[in-house]
Amino acid sequence: MTIVAKDLVWGVRQKTIVDSVSLTVAKGETLGLIGPNGSGKSSLLRLLAGLKQPQSGQVEILGQDIARVPRRALARQVAFVQQDTTTDTNLSVRDVVRLGRTPHRSALSGWTETDRAVVLAALERVNMNGHIAQGWQTLSGGERQRVHIARALAQTPQVMFLDEPTNHLDIHHQIEILRVIRDLELTSVIALHDLNLAAMFCDRIVVLDGGTVRACGTPEAVLTQQLLRDVFKVEADVECSLTGSPHIRFRAQ
Amino acid sequence: MKIADRNEAGAGWLAILLGISMIVLVVSVALAAAIGDYSIGVDTVFLAVTNGLGLTHADIPPIEQSVVWDLRLSRALVAALAGAGLAICGVILQALLRNALAEPFVLGVSAGASTGAVAVIVLGIGAGSVSLSLGAFAGAFCAFGMVALLSNGATSGPNHTILAGVAASQLFNALTAYIVTTSGNAQQARDVMFWLLGSFGGVRWPDFQLLVIVVFLGLVICLLMARSLDAFTFGDEDAAALGVPVARIRLILFGVTAMVTATIVSMVGTIGFVGLVVPHAARYLVGPLHLRLLPASAAIGAIFLVLADIASRVVADQQTIPIGVVTAMVGVPFFAIILYRAKPQQ
Repeated sequence: MTIVAKDLVWGVRQKTIVDSVSLTVAKGETLGLIGPNGSGKSSLLRLLAGLKQPQSGQVEILGQDIARVPRRALARQVAFVQQDTTTDTNLSVRDVVRLGRTPHRSALSGWTETDRAVVLAALERVNMNGHIAQGWQTLSGGERQRVHIARALAQTPQVMFLDEPTNHLDIHHQIEILRVIRDLELTSVIALHDLNLAAMFCDRIVVLDGGTVRACGTPEAVLTQQLLRDVFKVEADVECSLTGSPHIRFRAQ
Repeated sequence: MKIADRNEAGAGWLAILLGISMIVLVVSVALAAAIGDYSIGVDTVFLAVTNGLGLTHADIPPIEQSVVWDLRLSRALVAALAGAGLAICGVILQALLRNALAEPFVLGVSAGASTGAVAVIVLGIGAGSVSLSLGAFAGAFCAFGMVALLSNGATSGPNHTILAGVAASQLFNALTAYIVTTSGNAQQARDVMFWLLGSFGGVRWPDFQLLVIVVFLGLVICLLMARSLDAFTFGDEDAAALGVPVARIRLILFGVTAMVTATIVSMVGTIGFVGLVVPHAARYLVGPLHLRLLPASAAIGAIFLVLADIASRVVADQQTIPIGVVTAMVGVPFFAIILYRAKPQQ
């Protein structure tokens, strides 16, 4: 197992936001985290990536307790892509992706041939090598998100966490981004809103509700009419699509 | 819009820029030593400097030797260091607070320094054993301490830290006003005002010696953390995800800026605008990456304040205008040009 989380608890003040969550992710697997707003997806993702410290419980990534791994060493193995972060600084695409090399470089080390090759490969992977000298401020939402993923790839991680990477993108770009992520030879955990996209691109799905795991398994096992009614409070028909993944058709009434 | 690859081709550009800056700085300092109420030729300045360094024993009038070496040279060099120091602090705070308006005094340091200075001048705290500089330094650190406390050791995020700085500034400004109005006489109030606007009038070699250590130490620490500063581009959480120990870096760098700013303020008063404008000018020239931005800002800041000091001495006949007035008057039009030219092309 690449990621093993045991009994994670986290909250702010009196309110528990993540309540004894345990899960495992196998090597190379793409795990989808779904749940209604406020179900604790983002918080759980940050606990798994070591960006927040749990009040109790522990996370192991590649067999190491991440609470004991120094930040820099962790960042060489684990990357995190936030939902649409931006900056006022006008960096070029190349400079942004180079930031991904931060955990691999010491304060004074020069720019090596490896760094160069990794950055170029990352840009190629997300199909942004044609925009290498373009300024960040001139990129579209979809392009920015691809650059963020390239930056995460430049960390040469084995595990990638993504918090709603397709937020605010049109459907073409949503599918494009998720296709890129699915085809990476990495273990990844993605928080997603769109249930059909989760069903299309994730190997397994964890459903969160009120900070606890309501269901966990393959999309066809998890995304049932009953679960959609209980957790998401919607009426829907679940059909089996041609590719075998479930397809959800919501009812308007 | 295409952006040139400053990482590879830009290294040479930075070297050229720094080379030119050094020449301009030397010329500016020489001019600062030559120009004044008592005008001295540049050749005499050169000899006075080599005499002062013990390299030559040229025969020049003792008064000119003394004016150049004891008064003007130390003053010009302190101006250069203060400019460099304030510019570096501006770069650091703009990066850490992710705010283009951040400047060295945003953490309440200047307000604290003035309260400390007023406490010494007006209230006579320390009964003459405490100098104005020491009082200002202590006040500056009190204000910084308050900001650090209010923002949980400067770890609570940019907006929280800025608000804590605003609160500290308001409190210490109120304290200063209270002390001046209740117990100060008019002359003392005028002294305080003049000092607050900044002046290189009283600086001598010992000030230079202290400042050179503080500014260079600050610059070295900042350069060592330059890569981490770049990682703050997309915010604290992104920096953490890139392996930067965010809380530690913030605290160290806030500490460095407080130390450098407090030292400068305690020597020459509150010189505004340098820390705000120079980083923007430097960013325009060398781009936003800190390994280049920091030395470029330091160089530009140094030249700017030396020139501003010359201007403050020659603009009005027989009178020295507070340096803060000059930096704002020269800085604002210059800043307007940068803002205009750097307009997003949409």
